[in-house]
Amino acid sequence: MKTDKKNIEIKEKIKNGIYKSIKYIVSIGIILYLLYRLFPEQIVSAIDISQRYGIEMITIFPAVLILMGLADVWVPKSLINKYLGKNSGFKGILLSIFLGTLPTGPLYIAFPIAAELLRKKARISNVLIFLGVWASLKIPQISVEIKFLGVKFAAIRFIFTLISIIIIGYLIEMIVEKSEVKV
Amino acid sequence: MIVVIINGITLSLLIFTIFKNKTKAKKALIMALIKAVNLLPMMLIIIVLIGLIFGFIPPDMIKNYLGSNESILQIIFASLFGAITMIPSLVALPLAGSLIEAGASYTPVAAFITTLTMVGFITLPVELKELGKKITVLRNVFAFVFAIIISLIIGVLM
Repeated sequence: MKTDKKNIEIKEKIKNGIYKSIKYIVSIGIILYLLYRLFPEQIVSAIDISQRYGIEMITIFPAVLILMGLADVWVPKSLINKYLGKNSGFKGILLSIFLGTLPTGPLYIAFPIAAELLRKKARISNVLIFLGVWASLKIPQISVEIKFLGVKFAAIRFIFTLISIIIIGYLIEMIVEKSEVKV
Repeated sequence: MIVVIINGITLSLLIFTIFKNKTKAKKALIMALIKAVNLLPMMLIIIVLIGLIFGFIPPDMIKNYLGSNESILQIIFASLFGAITMIPSLVALPLAGSLIEAGASYTPVAAFITTLTMVGFITLPVELKELGKKITVLRNVFAFVFAIIISLIIGVLM
């Protein structure tokens, strides 16, 4: 019964997405046609560029999305909870970074996990590092970044973002703990 | 190169999963399909937008507004734009790449991407509810400030 309901829900989701996409394709088509009547030259070159980018995106997106799906089934949320809650110190930081880069869900899924960890008295800095890495340094995202912005850009951004996230984590921990002592 | 690597990794993991556990493999593929379908409308818009940027906006203008004559105002504007928009980063990255190709400099593009991922205006209610006011405010303010620093460093190093 439960799986039936879930199946229907999934089909519904996919159907809605496809409808929405078709709606977008039709409206984009109409707008492009109208623009073509007004500015034929620009539209021809625009479509040329769009086609190039479209093809480039198709080469990488299916792999990235399947990778995210695979991570979702292999890395249960409870695992993150279990490991991040216990480990502190340098090992804790490394673990937070590692678990954050795994290609799982969007940021709003990470908030409840982070809240749960804080309730369990995990170190604030570790939780914040996990959250920061989860938000901006995910493996699939980085592969797309390398493809469209180059290895150098991605590497520099990765390194300095990571450093910033660690600093932010410790700064907030300091501020929060200080204010708690006062109260 | 990265395309070959990521496709190779995904394919081998997928084959491994299929052999190991067929239901898991099926579930993963369904999840990927749902994500794909959800991303598709946004992706179409971005692809068309990239074309229109190249077709209509003269490169001089992009150079003028997003080019190397960096002002702090330009970077703050790019950071704010990244903080308030909610484009999935997977889709925003190709757009960022196209802006660079069209003549934008790395600093504002880096500012945009960094705040897009680190600061979340739209997700603020969820964050407030889950993490409380203090952590949420501190996290977003620090993230915004550091995003500007990161983008300045990227601008210097690129």
